Amino acid sequence: MKQVLNYRETEGKSTGFWILLGGLGALIGLALGSVLYMEHEGHYVTGMNNQIVWGMPHVFAIFLIVAASGALNVASIGTVFGKSLYKPLGRLSALLAIALLIGGLMILVLDLGHPDRLIVAMTYYNFKSIFAWNIILYNGFIAITAVYLWFMMERKMNKYYPVAGFFAFIWRLILTTGTGSIFGFLVARQAYDAALLAPMFVIMSFAYGLAVFILVLMAGYAWTGRPLGDAVLFRLKNLLGVFIASVFYFVVVYHLTNLYATEHHGVERFILMDGGIYTKLFWIVQILLGTLLPLAMIYHPTIGKSRPAIATAAALVIIGGFAQLYVLLIGGQAYPLVLFPGHEIVSGGFFEGQINEYSPSIWEISLGVGGVALSLIMVTIAVRVLKFLPTSLEDSVVDPHAAKAD
Amino acid sequence: MSDTSKPIDPSRRQFVTRAGGAAGAAAIAPGVFLTTPAQAKPADQPVSSENRWGILIDANKCGNGCNACVTACEEENGWGSADPSEDRSRPDQKAHWIRKVTIRDKATQHVTTLPLMCQHCETPPCVDVCPTGASFKRADGIVLVDKHICIGCRYCMMACPYKARSFIHEDLKDQRPWAPRGKGTVESCTMCVHRVDEDGTPACVEACNAETHKAMVFGDLYDENSEISQELKKHGGKEIRADLGLNTGVRYRGI
Repeated sequence: MKQVLNYRETEGKSTGFWILLGGLGALIGLALGSVLYMEHEGHYVTGMNNQIVWGMPHVFAIFLIVAASGALNVASIGTVFGKSLYKPLGRLSALLAIALLIGGLMILVLDLGHPDRLIVAMTYYNFKSIFAWNIILYNGFIAITAVYLWFMMERKMNKYYPVAGFFAFIWRLILTTGTGSIFGFLVARQAYDAALLAPMFVIMSFAYGLAVFILVLMAGYAWTGRPLGDAVLFRLKNLLGVFIASVFYFVVVYHLTNLYATEHHGVERFILMDGGIYTKLFWIVQILLGTLLPLAMIYHPTIGKSRPAIATAAALVIIGGFAQLYVLLIGGQAYPLVLFPGHEIVSGGFFEGQINEYSPSIWEISLGVGGVALSLIMVTIAVRVLKFLPTSLEDSVVDPHAAKAD
Repeated sequence: MSDTSKPIDPSRRQFVTRAGGAAGAAAIAPGVFLTTPAQAKPADQPVSSENRWGILIDANKCGNGCNACVTACEEENGWGSADPSEDRSRPDQKAHWIRKVTIRDKATQHVTTLPLMCQHCETPPCVDVCPTGASFKRADGIVLVDKHICIGCRYCMMACPYKARSFIHEDLKDQRPWAPRGKGTVESCTMCVHRVDEDGTPACVEACNAETHKAMVFGDLYDENSEISQELKKHGGKEIRADLGLNTGVRYRGI
């Protein structure tokens, strides 16, 4: 007999719950302390400089922002594409999307030279700037997803949620296009300046967001002792496999395009062969650990059915994602601007033509980790006070037909 | 960034009247106005898009080992060696408005030395990407940062093809009144806008002339009688990264 789908708050009385809250709270506290220090002293205490102007905070922020839009996919697949298996996951998906975005934005804002001028950023707009558009896209995403969430959770508004879900889906595609375009529109830098970056960021968001979603779902259900059936989990991990492969495809096309254009040989040689840390991160972490290994694990006939393996694969995708953004962001800036093609730099007053150095400071890492902690604490508290999680995601609950088809 | 609180020079007032007449004449016969020697704007008038300030740099005349333009800029605008308060930033974090670069052609081995600063593009990528509009271009082509609305996001630094901009990493003291600088904001060469607005010449150009290298010419690119326009017409001039199509206000010869 099919059981009824029932949402319930988590109990939130266990010691584990309070340890989790306390731990995340401490990380947020450390991050805020770091911000006070960085903003009081100035950015000279960070590893960032006038050559590597965006550093570790931006890697964290962009990861979270990209993952946020991807986390909403699970809800979109249920609402927009009508896959009933995904519908019970819609609330958590939308919640996670909002939480990740707020975490990412916190990092981005607190790293500004003038976070105190946030009101300026909200009131002065240069509409040719993709950054200005992103401010609108991010705020709009939070608003639309919140409405979507409300319509899903409020019985009276329930009939409107497919419309809200559709808008949220379209909005998130535009949002990630905007995030990718931050780099795609930088004409002067060898590693950027590619329209491909926009769709690549969209597909990266699919993979990162789903990996985060799977981990949060598995942890949430394991820690609250609620049943999570194979039907949901295997469907999600198969989808993750497709997304990992899609990101891999885009990475291959991006590098092949650059390798074809002679003017980009320098930067490609740097990233793929001579770039030291960036080359290692690319081949070992992004490609081997973050792409090929999770793909093999997910599609392996026996390992692919093991829950620890699925969790590990999702974690590897996240680690690979951080590596990918680090290589793109920091590696892209480490490679010098090409001002005089066909010339070599004999001397220059400002690190001319040199590979730029960057080593992240503890303050920047702390700020980044704090953003992740903020996202997670928001989810932890939200599922404690509101009905986000179904009491059971057993195969018989989610959809017997979907379970059979898997 | 012009200082509007200064007393108004009566001779400037006369100029306004004359310029008004000239503008009237220009409405009837545009050619007449174009041949009038260009003047800097009077202090109480907005800048005009009828001027476009530019600098022509002849790399063949630029002295190898000479750093006069850089030193003059530091002194004028209070950065680098002229700003002892910027002492906690690492070398790669310190501000740089202008720098000397020496390059060697890989094919011919020809060595060229030149100063590099904000190129004051007609279509500046830094202005395009700035979310708040803090990065802006004046009507007369000078690209500046409004320090009051710069939020310190550094996107302009990502976008600038010339690495012309610097982010200030610490508190600074004793700044020049005409070149305000501040922790958490971005800055770059202003083409000595405070001098230009007073009919003056940028400090780097002045210093280069004083060294008798005369490698730099400052003037109005829109005035066909100006020295810079005449020089460009006669000998031509190149843009760095001309492929980007930015139509820079700083042009080079001998590169």
